[in-house]
Amino acid sequence: MSVLVFIDHTQGSFKKKAFEAVNYAAETAQKIGGTVTVVALGNISNEELTGLGQYGAKQVLHVADARLDNFCAKAYAKAIVAAAQKLDAKVIIGSYNISGKSVAGMVAMQLKAGLVSGAIDYPKTDNGFVVKKTVFSGKAFANIKVNSDIKVITLVPNTFELKKGTDMATVESLDVSFTDADFGVKVISVNKDSGDVPLAEAELVVSGGRGLKGPENWGIIEDLAGALGAALACSRPVADSHWRPHHEHVGQTGGTIRPNLYIAVGISGAIQHLAGVNSSKTIVVINKDPEAPFFKAADYGVLGDAFEIVPKLTEAVKKFKAGQ
Amino acid sequence: MKILVCIAQAPDTTAKISFTDNNTKFNKEGVTYIINPYDEWYALVKALELKESGKATEVHLVSVGTNSAEAVMRKALALGGDQAFRINAESEDTFEIAAQIADFAKDKGYDLILTGKESIDYNNASVGAAIASALDYNYVGFATALDMEGDSVKLNREIEGGEETDTAILPLVVSCQKGMSEPRIPNMRGIMAARTKPLTVVEPSAASALTEIESYEMPPAKTGVKMFSIDQMDELVAALHNEAKVI
Repeated sequence: MSVLVFIDHTQGSFKKKAFEAVNYAAETAQKIGGTVTVVALGNISNEELTGLGQYGAKQVLHVADARLDNFCAKAYAKAIVAAAQKLDAKVIIGSYNISGKSVAGMVAMQLKAGLVSGAIDYPKTDNGFVVKKTVFSGKAFANIKVNSDIKVITLVPNTFELKKGTDMATVESLDVSFTDADFGVKVISVNKDSGDVPLAEAELVVSGGRGLKGPENWGIIEDLAGALGAALACSRPVADSHWRPHHEHVGQTGGTIRPNLYIAVGISGAIQHLAGVNSSKTIVVINKDPEAPFFKAADYGVLGDAFEIVPKLTEAVKKFKAGQ
Repeated sequence: MKILVCIAQAPDTTAKISFTDNNTKFNKEGVTYIINPYDEWYALVKALELKESGKATEVHLVSVGTNSAEAVMRKALALGGDQAFRINAESEDTFEIAAQIADFAKDKGYDLILTGKESIDYNNASVGAAIASALDYNYVGFATALDMEGDSVKLNREIEGGEETDTAILPLVVSCQKGMSEPRIPNMRGIMAARTKPLTVVEPSAASALTEIESYEMPPAKTGVKMFSIDQMDELVAALHNEAKVI
């Protein structure tokens, strides 16, 4: 019995969230008695594909069609459904990232499958098939029981510890008969953000709020982020005032991130901001207001002037890194 | 071009979240319901912009909800839209909601269907994609900009670490993200007009839920913040390394 997992790649190589999805599929396969097959689309080397065995994949179905080198939800969903039907897969796993979220609904609809989008735990199978996810923008959890024969789950990246072994997967070519109608959305150009670490995947994030008083003061944030190798984020008023680019905005109506470390500088911690970051493993709050609500959600806090504290923290980080 | 905007209602962003019936139901007591922000600020406003610039002829709204959803639907109509439809059902299941909307929309000739990128209560982010699949429409998720270019649609969509520019063929479903448009405040005229705009109740199709919420849980309470003074930055870094193990 196959558990099918769909992972996407960035220019032919897989990132951590792809391996996490394979791991999750392997855990699930163990529970329900089955093996893991990965469906991979587009131009990827054989080495990358066989390497998926290290994360628990037994087999990879590779749809090498060149038209798939650019993302197209409809075509991708068609390929995943073809793989699922070939294997008679009962569970289909994907990542709760942009491409995973864009195809999961399509795959679920086509296969009449119940969907759990944003899982944070492995399925429980002692009483039906139940998967836990966060709801109300991270303020609570829900245990979702999937009643359909086929089930689709997308998992939140950076939730589970990565397990790596030494096995290699076998790779088989899968032909999917696409028509032009499957490629009704075409890519014209791609514009990558400047900045080294993409926010959505970052494990370490340094975030600034109105307490920094103006965009000209962001140097201390950038220095701390640079020392840590962290991505940059900001609160909504900062993005709305155009102090920082809007892709840095995290919060209820901005991005939702799940880093290992979130350092919030000069951010009070309104509920709407917390909704975007409350799943962070560790939160550090630096603020001069002792009443700032963020301190209630923080693991570590420093009370005082950010302009004095942050450079000292950066120094301490550099010292620590040098000593490693 | 005829546009359908999918509106969901959601608890206000400041609502205190609690559960009743032995943690099996969301406690609606004292909760104010609003239009799901992504649906209101991005999907609905973009549809209205397209109508105002002459690129669309009609904007319809649809929502899956019981009678209690009508107040929120009138708020949406106050911003704009020619008429609204309420599919008389209540669901948190992606498949059921999408199938209901698709069954409603399938013979009505909508060229463009817009949704918000996700609802702020269940965060599944999948209804738009599921509708596209059911209707065999093209789909773009997380679009941050949209305009017509002749008969095609030009879009920007969010990708990891950047933005992509796409061209798409109608009919199309798009889930809308920040950047798509600027939120609007309804004016008195809009609010008055909304009272008499048609809001038609549609009986649901046979489509039903494939998942159910067995129970809810509240997150464990935080154990309390550990404070460091400005002279203890080395100690903070050590805690992040040894205790939290994040660096």
